[in-house]
Amino acid sequence: MLRYLALKIGRALFVVWAAFTLTFVLLFVLPADPVDLLFDPAEVNSVPPEVRAQVAASYGFDRPVILQYLTRLGHALTGDFGTSVQSGRPVVATILDVLPSTLLLAAGALALALVIAFVIALAATSARRPWVRDLVEALPSGAVSVPVFLSGILMLQIFSFRLGWFPAFGDEGARSLVLPLITLAIPVSGPIAQLLVRSFATEFRSGYVTTSWAKGATRGGIVVRDVFRNASLPALTIAGITFGNLIAGSVITETVFARQGVGRMTQAAINTLDVPLVQGTVVLVAVGFALINLIVDLIYPLLDPRLRAALATG
Amino acid sequence: MTVGLDAFTAGRRPGLARPIARRLGELARQPILVASWIVVLVVIGWAVAPGLFTSYGPYAGDAAASFSPPSAEHWFGTDRLGRDLFARSVYGAQTTLTATLLAVLIAFGVGTLVGLIAGFAGGIVDTAVMRVIDVFLAIPSLLLAMVVVSVLGYSTQNIALAVGISSIASFARVMRAQVLSVVTQDYVKAAYGLGVGRLGVMLRHVVPNSLSSVIALAALEIGTAVLAVASLGFLGYGAPPPQPEWGLLVAEGRDYVAVHPWASILPGAALAVVVIATHRISTSYRKDHRR
Repeated sequence: MLRYLALKIGRALFVVWAAFTLTFVLLFVLPADPVDLLFDPAEVNSVPPEVRAQVAASYGFDRPVILQYLTRLGHALTGDFGTSVQSGRPVVATILDVLPSTLLLAAGALALALVIAFVIALAATSARRPWVRDLVEALPSGAVSVPVFLSGILMLQIFSFRLGWFPAFGDEGARSLVLPLITLAIPVSGPIAQLLVRSFATEFRSGYVTTSWAKGATRGGIVVRDVFRNASLPALTIAGITFGNLIAGSVITETVFARQGVGRMTQAAINTLDVPLVQGTVVLVAVGFALINLIVDLIYPLLDPRLRAALATG
Repeated sequence: MTVGLDAFTAGRRPGLARPIARRLGELARQPILVASWIVVLVVIGWAVAPGLFTSYGPYAGDAAASFSPPSAEHWFGTDRLGRDLFARSVYGAQTTLTATLLAVLIAFGVGTLVGLIAGFAGGIVDTAVMRVIDVFLAIPSLLLAMVVVSVLGYSTQNIALAVGISSIASFARVMRAQVLSVVTQDYVKAAYGLGVGRLGVMLRHVVPNSLSSVIALAALEIGTAVLAVASLGFLGYGAPPPQPEWGLLVAEGRDYVAVHPWASILPGAALAVVVIATHRISTSYRKDHRR
């Protein structure tokens, strides 16, 4: 068990370190002259050489790459990712400012996506007519096929401009959260629903469900008591994919609805080539991904007694 | 008994041996699949010969006809400059689909090669490659593609490159898993027994037998890549504005969505239909293959 724990934690730490290194190479080493990235592309040629030298020195670009790397890594370990080029504020503080808004959106969208996925899986397993089942089973692949920017614009058009039910932009109050939440939940629900449809079908055919039928359990009872718990477990295995979908989706959702958040901040940071801010965000996302996978790896044995037994003996 | 039967079905490739007439008969019973193929073929037609599908040009606008709604004359309506949006969607297919194809080829080529090497070499090489893959999987591909594009500069080619790079990991993982299962097969051991070298076994037995699931992934990835390319275009990292590109078309129409919704919704819907069609085709390919 301890070996398992150490291995998983080691892997998580490696992923975060490697994400830091990868972004360092991409953002600080690969560009012919990283100082260029700090200036507006239109003005970069008219910058006086002494200003360039000063900027280069203040970011440490005049020193050997390996020294820059070690200094940045050392600072990053203490939670310091430098200062944003645009605002001059610390990167971590800039990210923390907008993080709650994105967390709220992502958590809400995830909850809604889970509900959608369960309803689809339940409908697919309960449908009697084959064409109804085919239709329901086609829904998840449709959900991931519709571009997030299109569904967002459709929501805006129908529910804000036509019906006037919800505000079109901004992030004031719960009402403004509804449309972005649905927009983000749709693509996130797709892969979860596909997985649940498969695992619901498998569980319904399993021996213990037959036993429950034989004991006279109702369909609802079987779904709630037997199938639901056993079929939900595999959904944890795609937690990483779900996290990635939430992040990618929030970039576009926040852009479409002009909401404040990490996604829109990242887009702005990339547009203005705010290199420290971009690196900080990517590393933060990698930390999130590694943490979620670590948590799943650690709680999976707790939830599945079969795996716990395997770990104890092996 | 079962071994003999397996050998029989394995030797007969179901996809190729079935008579064409029967395959067509099967297709006729799947109208949605037929529709999907028609959509994909038409869109490929748009990309190859846009002039055949529309009499308007993608750039020529009639300022007097600015924002005219969809009609028999302008199927998707016109934009702010009076340019025909259907024509811009047709010409946009070229930009978007070329970038998609390039992205999938990069991901397929590099990913398959990396997965093959990792799975076939095993040991320390495999471990090292898989840890690197882990890192690429830890960064959401849209985010990774955005970072790559910001380093390379904004253009459709760079979007293709970025999307391709960000999807290498999934190809490598699938290929590796497939190679690992193929190398344990009896025919691979038999080939070694007959004195075939490692390279020979790899090229003649492992590669052909591992490719099918990677090809299935490539089919699925085409839809995903269209979405990624269009999303990056929508965010403004692709072709500069006068050029028609699907994501950019939606972004251009977005500013007027309250008054002229069709300007962004119709090009976006065309994009969605194409992605749904490619997903449908790849699903049926995978089902076909599992049989």
